[in-house]
Amino acid sequence: MNAPANATTNAIEVEHLTKRFGELVAVNEISFTVSAGEIFGLLGPNGAGKTTLIRLLTTLTPATSGTARIAGHDINTDADGVRHAIGVIPQALTSDPELTARENLTIHAKLYGVPAARRGPLADELLASVDLEKFAGQLVRNFSGGMRRRLEIARGLVHSPKILFLDEPTTGLDPVSRSNVWEMIAKLKQQADLTILLTTHYMDEADKLCDRIAIVDHGKLAALDTPTQLKDSVPGTDVVEAEFTGAPANWVEQLRGLAHVADVKEQDGAVHIASHSGPDTVGALMELAKARRVTVKKVTVQSTTLDDVFLHYTGRQLRDAAHAGLLYDVSHLYK
Amino acid sequence: MSFGLNFERISAIIERDMRKFFRSPALMVSSMVFPLMQLIVLGYAFGGKIKGITIALVDEDRSSQSRIVRERFNAIAAGPQTFHTVEYDSLPNAVLDLRAGFVRAVVHIPHDYSRRVLHQDRPRIAFIEDNTDNFVSSGLLERVQQIQADLNAPVTKPRLAGAIDLQVVEVYPYIEYIKYLLAGSVSIAIFVVAMIGGGIVFIDDKARGLHEGYLVTPIHKAELILGLNFAGAIKGLMSGLTITIIGGLIAGIDRIWDPVRLFYLVIVLAVASLAMISFMFLVMVRVNDPLVPRAIFGVLNTLLFFPSGAIYPTAGFPAWLKWISVVDPFTYVVHALKNLLLKNTGFEGIYLDVLVLFGFSVVLISACIALFKRQI
Repeated sequence: MNAPANATTNAIEVEHLTKRFGELVAVNEISFTVSAGEIFGLLGPNGAGKTTLIRLLTTLTPATSGTARIAGHDINTDADGVRHAIGVIPQALTSDPELTARENLTIHAKLYGVPAARRGPLADELLASVDLEKFAGQLVRNFSGGMRRRLEIARGLVHSPKILFLDEPTTGLDPVSRSNVWEMIAKLKQQADLTILLTTHYMDEADKLCDRIAIVDHGKLAALDTPTQLKDSVPGTDVVEAEFTGAPANWVEQLRGLAHVADVKEQDGAVHIASHSGPDTVGALMELAKARRVTVKKVTVQSTTLDDVFLHYTGRQLRDAAHAGLLYDVSHLYK
Repeated sequence: MSFGLNFERISAIIERDMRKFFRSPALMVSSMVFPLMQLIVLGYAFGGKIKGITIALVDEDRSSQSRIVRERFNAIAAGPQTFHTVEYDSLPNAVLDLRAGFVRAVVHIPHDYSRRVLHQDRPRIAFIEDNTDNFVSSGLLERVQQIQADLNAPVTKPRLAGAIDLQVVEVYPYIEYIKYLLAGSVSIAIFVVAMIGGGIVFIDDKARGLHEGYLVTPIHKAELILGLNFAGAIKGLMSGLTITIIGGLIAGIDRIWDPVRLFYLVIVLAVASLAMISFMFLVMVRVNDPLVPRAIFGVLNTLLFFPSGAIYPTAGFPAWLKWISVVDPFTYVVHALKNLLLKNTGFEGIYLDVLVLFGFSVVLISACIALFKRQI
């Protein structure tokens, strides 16, 4: 669960970070490191504690205990140093709708002390980099969600930060806008010395963008590794998902005995079979069902995904947890 | 002497707020329409003289003496037109109509009036009034007392007057009520800007998450609060000065363009705007619900405007209300503006108010900075 072996410096170091809201523990003793230049993803359902964690790391919320160093600055004792070193794109759209795209950037540049002569050209460069140069003079209230998100990514870069925090950067965006934001983040990855920490509850987003992923559930770190290694850590290479009627009581035990099966889990009426060869397992499954007179309602086979990883480490699927997680959403709680 | 503050960041917040203000015509218009409407409607509604009241006259005497009384009353109807009389045959009928609201007063000349006049035996006329409306009843009574004094005047004036004569010298020309009200309307204009900019927009921005975008930057909370207060004060000054000039022209304030007076007005309006916006931010500093500023708008307006002396002199207040007026920033704004607009005093007429308002602002802004939560 540590940084890659080739890492020389850590951009982010988190040690036993905890945040409580009364009885509720939103972030529970979390520790990890992020190397410079890495794209690090926090994957988890709504209410898992991702936004609270990012608010702790960006000094928006004080920690109950533990600490973190961001670009060498302690979040508890050197909040100002942290704020100078980071760019933050919060989950809510925080660009000013009554200002133009260019004004949003120049005013933020002013807040970061960018010299007056440099602000205008810098705003133009950043707007070009996010393909908004044609909309520089337009009011942000006329922008789509995707355009606003791109503008906010540009705004987060006005002071050339060392570390960029993106909280759910594509939540609420249409597929085309999501794809544009992904392209932009991939482009940023190519910039030297920029470390990115993003939170998401989209598995495909984490899989596509992140060098390493931390799975967060109920405020705790459930797993941390590269997407490939996380998937490899799940038994089998394929997952067969099936639903049956008329299955006997020991049906799951019988399925464990099928060819190439590594593991079997039952959840919400469906059976998830981790297999080293999905097609062979499906063939054996159909024969067994026919022999035992069990009706197969549905069967699918696919390669292991991060959803399977999430199921493996947390005992539930990410899409289910996303709904359940709403009960634990504490983002509205203010200190 | 930067006190550790970065003025570039403060100016960034001011620039943001001012750009938003100029792009919200609704805010600009609403901050000016309400005070102007109030000035015109209240100014003319309260400023006029009472006219056209109907009063009943019951003459049971029907003599040459009572005719003199009736003539005096009819003279009022023909002259200042405060009232006109309707003759009734019986007192009970007249009183019945008084209670029903058809007439506002009854003048009763009893059957023995002329006899008592001739015998100089305390002749009496009854004036029965509907006292449910103080303004009307005091206006009527004033006219009736004039008639009484006229009737009591000796037929032949003595060669040397023995009575003491009070000679009234008015320092300023007659002040119409609309002029008297102007200072209050200007205060309201500043208050509306403070309420919308410092209350409603501030909380709406907070609820929309816009503040989070600023809180992740290195801005210090003092810089943020000062920036928001200065921007609010500039907006209040612009609105206040606009209403002062437009309202002054409507009300007919003499020499409104006098540059020295305008200079003092700018000082008063600037410090008044800072005091009101700082008051508003202090009230709102811990509020998160966008409904709160909308809900308390009327309460604050009533609590600040009416005890200030804007529409009625504070000397007539009960003790508890006088104390509210003492701590009410409106009081000092209204006092200073009245001195400048009605009396055209120099700095000696406003410096105490300016000092109080400035001190008030410093205390409130300091409290606001202390209470503002930099973290969420």
